[in-house]
Amino acid sequence: MNEQTRHHGPGYGVFVGIWGALMALTAVTVWVAGVDLGFLNVVVALSVASVKASLVVFIFMHLKYENLTLKLMVLTAFVILAIFIGLTFFDTAYR
Amino acid sequence: MTEHRDYHGAKMGMWLFLFTEVLLFGGLFVLFSVTFGRFPQEFHEASQLLDVTMGTTNTVVLITSSLFAALAVTALQKGDRRLAEIFIGLTVLLACCFLVIKYFEWTHKFHVGIYPGSAAIADWAPGKQAFFSLYYTMTGLHGLHVVIGMAVFGWVWMQIRVEKCTPEYFVALENAGLYWHLVDLIWIYLFPLYYLIT
Repeated sequence: MNEQTRHHGPGYGVFVGIWGALMALTAVTVWVAGVDLGFLNVVVALSVASVKASLVVFIFMHLKYENLTLKLMVLTAFVILAIFIGLTFFDTAYR
Repeated sequence: MTEHRDYHGAKMGMWLFLFTEVLLFGGLFVLFSVTFGRFPQEFHEASQLLDVTMGTTNTVVLITSSLFAALAVTALQKGDRRLAEIFIGLTVLLACCFLVIKYFEWTHKFHVGIYPGSAAIADWAPGKQAFFSLYYTMTGLHGLHVVIGMAVFGWVWMQIRVEKCTPEYFVALENAGLYWHLVDLIWIYLFPLYYLIT
């Protein structure tokens, strides 16, 4: 086995399991949307979406199995996005 | 003669490209949230005009296609080219389903006169009009990514056929998969924001 093929992702079973979790979370988010929680609806919907996004990024996109450099790169990109969104609201929220 | 190959470089390059995609959609998500903050009531009314059943079906379709994309990479890594090709076929098939559902959703909206600049929505409150402008822009750009993703998978399928993408060097398939998962990732946020936050 050479250097390239050593970095194997997970097997079929793990992916099917994650798919099951994503389906369950989709059902949860649709169900919760029908319950009136006021502003909390937005918070819950985005939290569930973020859990789903993490499962996709770490397992489907193999980030969990990548080296530290790539993990830090992805972290940097999302931190920049958070700053971008944060600074926008710092402006618009106080008008 | 040995071909120069840089597996990690190829994958890192793909991720760098994906970051630019995250920023592209990120800008639109910022625009969405700022407008939502300004017109919460109008967004609430406009959002109820979308079909939650179709949106949920599309979420299930896209997540399942993402599963097949991930399975295709594993199959090729394990050396099963035939199975990898079948999984790629299933991914593309579900991508088609997604677009067909989207087509019916859009044409129905067009039919009842809901599209930017239509006479029917000219009297609507600005916030409600903005909701649909953003809806068509973001789901449209996302749909374009679905079409590109299908083309990329078609190309990778050919690469497997001509044995340029092999169980020993599968980065082309892995990168196509990364792109596809990003398309899925964007939909995971588009779905609750447009269909569920009412």
